[in-house]
Amino acid sequence: MCSLALFPPPLPSGQTTLCESNNELLSGSPREATCIFRTESSSKAAFLDHSETLWMRMPKCLSVSSGCILALLRKISSFHGSLFPHLTVSCARWSDCVVRAFAWHPHTDKFAVALLDDSIKIYNPKSVTTPTLKHRLQRSVAAVQWKPLCASALAVACQNCLLVWHVDPCSLSTRPSSGCAQVLSHPGHSPVTSIAWSPSGSLLVSASPMDTAMMVWDVASESCVPLQRVGGGGVSFLSWSPDGSHVLASTPSALFRVWETRMWTCERWPCVKGRCQSGCWSPDGSRLLFTVLGEMVIYALTFTDTPAGVPTSTSKGPQAAAVVADLSETTFNTPNGDVIIGGEIQSLAWDPTGERLAVLLKGDPQAADRRPAIIAVFKTRTNPIFELLPCGFIQGELGAEPRLMQFHPNFQHGALLTVCWSSGRITHVPFYFMGAGVPHFGLSGSPSVPRPQAGPADFSNHSLFTELIS
Amino acid sequence: MFSAEQSCWFVRKVICWRAAASIAWAVLLLPPITAVFVILSKFSLLHPIQTISECLSLLTSASAVFSLILLCGVILMVGFLNLEYYTVIPTIACSKIALLGQLLHPRQLVNSLVHCIMGIIVAWCCAITIGGRYETLGYPCAQSDGDSSPQMCLNEYHLILLLAGAFVGFSYSLLGVIHNMNYVSFHTVQQYKYLRFKGSLPLVVKCSATQALKSVRNYVVVYLFLGYIPKAWICKTLNLHLNSSAHPLDSIAGLLDFSLLYHLWISASFLLFTWHITLLLFRIFVTEVYSFPVQSSFTEDVHQCLPKVLTDNQPMILKFLALQDLALLSQHSPSRRCEVFSLSQPGGHPHNWNAISKECMSLLADLTQRLVAYHDTVATNGRAKSLSTGSERKTSSETSVTSGTDDLMSPRPTFLMKTPASVFARSIVGGPQSPLTAPFTPDLDSPFASPALRRLTAPVEQCSPWFGTVQSPHVMRRGPKLWSTSTDSQVNGSPQSSPASVPSPKQEPSKPSLLAQFLQNRKEQLPEASSQALFADSQAHIWALEGLSYLVQASFSEDQFGVVQTTLPSILSCMLVLQEAVDRHFKLPHASSKPVRSTGSMGDSTYKTLRFALRATLKTAIYRITTMFGNHLNAIQMSAEHRKRLQQFLEYKE
Repeated sequence: MCSLALFPPPLPSGQTTLCESNNELLSGSPREATCIFRTESSSKAAFLDHSETLWMRMPKCLSVSSGCILALLRKISSFHGSLFPHLTVSCARWSDCVVRAFAWHPHTDKFAVALLDDSIKIYNPKSVTTPTLKHRLQRSVAAVQWKPLCASALAVACQNCLLVWHVDPCSLSTRPSSGCAQVLSHPGHSPVTSIAWSPSGSLLVSASPMDTAMMVWDVASESCVPLQRVGGGGVSFLSWSPDGSHVLASTPSALFRVWETRMWTCERWPCVKGRCQSGCWSPDGSRLLFTVLGEMVIYALTFTDTPAGVPTSTSKGPQAAAVVADLSETTFNTPNGDVIIGGEIQSLAWDPTGERLAVLLKGDPQAADRRPAIIAVFKTRTNPIFELLPCGFIQGELGAEPRLMQFHPNFQHGALLTVCWSSGRITHVPFYFMGAGVPHFGLSGSPSVPRPQAGPADFSNHSLFTELIS
Repeated sequence: MFSAEQSCWFVRKVICWRAAASIAWAVLLLPPITAVFVILSKFSLLHPIQTISECLSLLTSASAVFSLILLCGVILMVGFLNLEYYTVIPTIACSKIALLGQLLHPRQLVNSLVHCIMGIIVAWCCAITIGGRYETLGYPCAQSDGDSSPQMCLNEYHLILLLAGAFVGFSYSLLGVIHNMNYVSFHTVQQYKYLRFKGSLPLVVKCSATQALKSVRNYVVVYLFLGYIPKAWICKTLNLHLNSSAHPLDSIAGLLDFSLLYHLWISASFLLFTWHITLLLFRIFVTEVYSFPVQSSFTEDVHQCLPKVLTDNQPMILKFLALQDLALLSQHSPSRRCEVFSLSQPGGHPHNWNAISKECMSLLADLTQRLVAYHDTVATNGRAKSLSTGSERKTSSETSVTSGTDDLMSPRPTFLMKTPASVFARSIVGGPQSPLTAPFTPDLDSPFASPALRRLTAPVEQCSPWFGTVQSPHVMRRGPKLWSTSTDSQVNGSPQSSPASVPSPKQEPSKPSLLAQFLQNRKEQLPEASSQALFADSQAHIWALEGLSYLVQASFSEDQFGVVQTTLPSILSCMLVLQEAVDRHFKLPHASSKPVRSTGSMGDSTYKTLRFALRATLKTAIYRITTMFGNHLNAIQMSAEHRKRLQQFLEYKE
């Protein structure tokens, strides 16, 4: 079991992590960061907050009385929140970050970013246009995901519906019309907060913490099959395994389910302490890592393959989850004083080659002891036994906290982690390493992995003898 | 036809047993449903305990047992009708005339009559169960003129309930045709039968209740105006009298009896619910995945193996289930894929793969042909091309049809489409014009088709999408002739032969009669229906695409003998040609409009969106292959046009 105590100490403040090379994380001040390109959102300033202008137009007395009513409503709604604890699940981090959701395209170098004003921008290095997607129904965007095995379809989880945009990659239009979007809605299924495409691109699963049923959509025909099970009260997090055989669905209560996608039956996994906060699958779909709210450890579940050829057999799952990493608070001595790192885990991400695991730690900036939100990166090894090894911490600019992260689905030279910071900045952190002979699985194109070439120019002064030294 | 289907091992061994199991479950579910009905019909808020005791005594009485047996008989009959009338390819009426023809077809009339009778039986059982004033048809009443001899009077409450049953049964069968209730669709999401049943139960309850409400509303209106006819008739035949002291029910005051309306509604709901449950169970059982062996070591079982079964066109359900099994095995089962890629033991030929890939590709090529033929007719007529080019195009497409644009297009006639597609298929096939009649053409031999109707529906058969593929070359040649020479059209009496809704100005020899003109208007294409009809059986193509693409994807690592790579160029070109045809089809104005989703009926409307599903599946299938093979595809021999197209896919620009 790996713990944070084995990690190299975090960087002094002001330094940011640039990349991993030669088995160590390199740092620099943000100005030198040539391999980082930034994306700043300016669309926020272009729109006035609608409620603000209304507020200003109101007469004084009206505003006072309506203020009272609003306060009352807020009281009631807070009571509502205590009745339904899962309502606060996904809204917590929405307030400050400009970037609400981020998604890499599974096959090409383009990504979609959902911004605070509910517009979605698509960035593509090969194209000069950055299409902005806006739709009347596109409110409170909680998640975006590109459809696998498709160039254009982007699913967006909105307040009352699911939108599936079809953005023609060859089009030069910067504002695709709302006719390009399919609207998928089902009564009682709102707000939609998490979505997952099947890796074969045929089905889309959507979930809402308010709806006990999970919807499996056949997007082309706009029909859905509700999958409902007793207990849990909604579904707060979804993750489809890369081999397409399982779906993790966590509920707002101390229970999560693992569905097998053949006949859509599920295994119940009650947690002892809290709800399942986040989870990620190993690239071959055989191992699930997950974290539980209120616990500072990472659990692992192993799924063995079904006996092949028997069509109706369900997978025989494991009996209990094993703890694979301990991320409890650890004090590091740095030149700037002691820094405490650790605590609850916000999210997990595993790179498509199965070599790096990024763990976003929630942190607590308000606490008396400085405890920043930080990303801890592990090296992972599956053979001969599953193992997590420390790699290092990824830090951003001063005061910026990581909010979202995702690995690039097919980075040729190792792994590329994209992090969205609370400052509205998006950075890419490459990890240059040689794959340990694990073939690329599934979507990542040709199975014969081309050898990573030498790193970019700015690292040419570092020697690349990783394999020889270690 | 019937005997031919009966003789098929699959229908005998699998479908019949599945239908029997579904009916058995429906019969088993009948007692609890009846109990709920009894409780709901007798419920009184003020005396709950009394209600319960009444219900218990009623449920154990002899009359309840008798009516339960009757209801079981009805369920058996409904189940049998489901088995007899079901289809996996929906019957889509291209025009209103075609729909009318469907409704007036003798087979459909028999169906309606049987449903009416069953409705009366169920309503009688309901009347017995509810009891009270509904119980008997006649009751002794005192003469008003002081005569002491007792006299039997008509109990109108009983009559109104029986007629309601007949009306609801009739409207059930009518709506069944309009909403394609006999169409059995296959689900993309596989679930166990129990879970699927549980999941659709709330929908069935909702559907039955709303449809019962609508039917009762219509029935009350009809009874208000026409109720005196059956009343007088019953009185006359059974020698009953009308009690002058009782309120007549065919008046507004009589019908505004809320207890009566409630009982009518609850009885109609009960009736529809039991029938819908039977239908739902039938659909769930029949569409269950059946796993065919890929190869067998015993020669007597060879006809049951997947490669053989796939090529069978009869019965259609067998082909569909085989294709479904192929799509699933290619996706989920490595060991069965291995059998597909294996070589035959003496000789070393990849017979399994050859048979499967050939069948899938001929299905796709067939769809391509159909689309091209359809597009040609639309292009020549819709865009008003000059006559010469139109006929040239026609002939060129015709030659391409016969010679085959692709060498893989099998020359065998693709008459698979016409077969059980319609409710009338069985009666049609025996007829003299059987191979030429499109499924949704009204049977012109029926006594219900007037000469005018017969004359005007003649072109409808050409509006069908199978016009180009199903019919003999002779008929195909007639198509352009009709268009190009006006004398011919007068001879045939068909002013136009296009599926396009644009009525073209024609030199009519004589003024058409008013009726003919009315019918002419009705004959016009329903927008989008022709497009739906074109893709009516596309579920098969979707599975063929999925099966092929998954097998090709898996072959990258699992195909040890390289059996797939020999067919890879033709698979790719087949898909790319289809992709082009589908793209062209979706450029037509009516093709890309989304149908209105109807959620309130039991009719499955999956067929309305099959073309979108096909388009998405096709694109995904090509991407699946290009993503897996990547730049290796550059080594494949193909035409420059296809290579260009494939490059678009390799660069993710489609």
